[in-house]
Amino acid sequence: MSVRQSLLAILDQGPCYGYQLRAEFDRRTGSTWPLNVGQIYNTLDRLERDGLVEKGDVDEQGHVYWQITDAGAAEVHSWLESPVERGQGTRDELAIKLAVAATLPGVEVADIIQSQRRSSIAHLQELNRAKYAGDDAGGAAGTAGGAEELAWSLVVDSMIFAAEAEVRWLDHSEQRLAMHPDHTMALALSTEKPRRGRPAKAEASHPAESVR
Amino acid sequence: MTDTVLRLIGVTQQYGIGATAVSALSGVDLEVRRGELVAVMGPSGSGKSTLLAIAGGLAIPTTGEVVVEGAYLSEQSPRELARLRRRSLGFVFQDFNLIPTLTALENVTLPLELDGFRMRTARRAGRDALASVGLEDKSSSYPDDLSGGQQQRVAIARAVVGGRRLILADEPTGALDSVTGELVLKMLRARVDAGAAGILVTHEARHAAFADRIVFLRDGRMVDETRRDGAETLLSGRR
Repeated sequence: MSVRQSLLAILDQGPCYGYQLRAEFDRRTGSTWPLNVGQIYNTLDRLERDGLVEKGDVDEQGHVYWQITDAGAAEVHSWLESPVERGQGTRDELAIKLAVAATLPGVEVADIIQSQRRSSIAHLQELNRAKYAGDDAGGAAGTAGGAEELAWSLVVDSMIFAAEAEVRWLDHSEQRLAMHPDHTMALALSTEKPRRGRPAKAEASHPAESVR
Repeated sequence: MTDTVLRLIGVTQQYGIGATAVSALSGVDLEVRRGELVAVMGPSGSGKSTLLAIAGGLAIPTTGEVVVEGAYLSEQSPRELARLRRRSLGFVFQDFNLIPTLTALENVTLPLELDGFRMRTARRAGRDALASVGLEDKSSSYPDDLSGGQQQRVAIARAVVGGRRLILADEPTGALDSVTGELVLKMLRARVDAGAAGILVTHEARHAAFADRIVFLRDGRMVDETRRDGAETLLSGRR
């Protein structure tokens, strides 16, 4: 989980108390994923249980400074070294919608694609506006502002590129569908009861064959 | 004076005649106002570049009218048309199209000199245009000594020099890396915000998002168009 690892990586820079840790996480991620203090303390408790952090000094105001252990530092190191694995588990709502819609006779998939494209581009425009709000038009991209602003723009960029990737996929899907006019499948009522377990191997009548 | 800088009215472009005729554009209506950047999106062959060529008077539509700053292009003599092109609009191409034997400043002032401006006036306007894209210190550099992004900024300066109000950009970031491309688009956007009007042909959604409105072309037809949402322009947020 990246919040846990991020907090640990911040503690690797030096001891922090709870509120401070929250502020540090916020300014390093453009306040895009605000954490409440409860989450911070829960995470710290779990990190402590796992031997990755420990309680250190207490200052005059009663702030407890948490510090990283050797095991914690090793964990940070290995987190930074290893790639983030994208989970296969989450369903992509849009991919499912489009794939199913494409099989339905009488449904104009091109219209669905266009309405999605408009929505994605409107989202891109909003992200662009957020990114450039208050920016000096003549300034070089990425050079204005300090490290915090740069950190924030990296996060916005990741959202911009994700939205762009979606539009590219829509463009691609639209062209592929246009090349395959026989992509729809009428509802075939099976006379056999569905069997449990894996479906039988594709037969010659498999719809995918007729597309070729 | 009207704020409409460009109007396309029922523009159709056909190649060939009779049964073999191919329509590159069919019945396109488009209006671009001062301070407005319109992106044109569509797959290859959808008519994007034809639309730009017609808007800039480089191609004459089979039917329909093009009106630039109130002047109907169909009513202009070839000489008047050439003058209109020099005075009212500027092109920005994917591959920069700068003249390699001229300095940045000479490239920018060329359209003014062709138009008979005095050298001193032209140079002053050229330096202003270069400053508007942050290249005041590159005026005596030759294109070969400039990076791709700088060359494209020179091309933008050339497009707006001397108060030109219509910028026609055809995939202006196609030859640039993503960070440089973004900077170029930001400059283009800033020139439009400063009072020009622009059409940006692109197939990249990330770039189209710099525009106020987006029109979608398919097989020469405008199939959809986003509305200008009335929000402040991109760079004027907290300025």
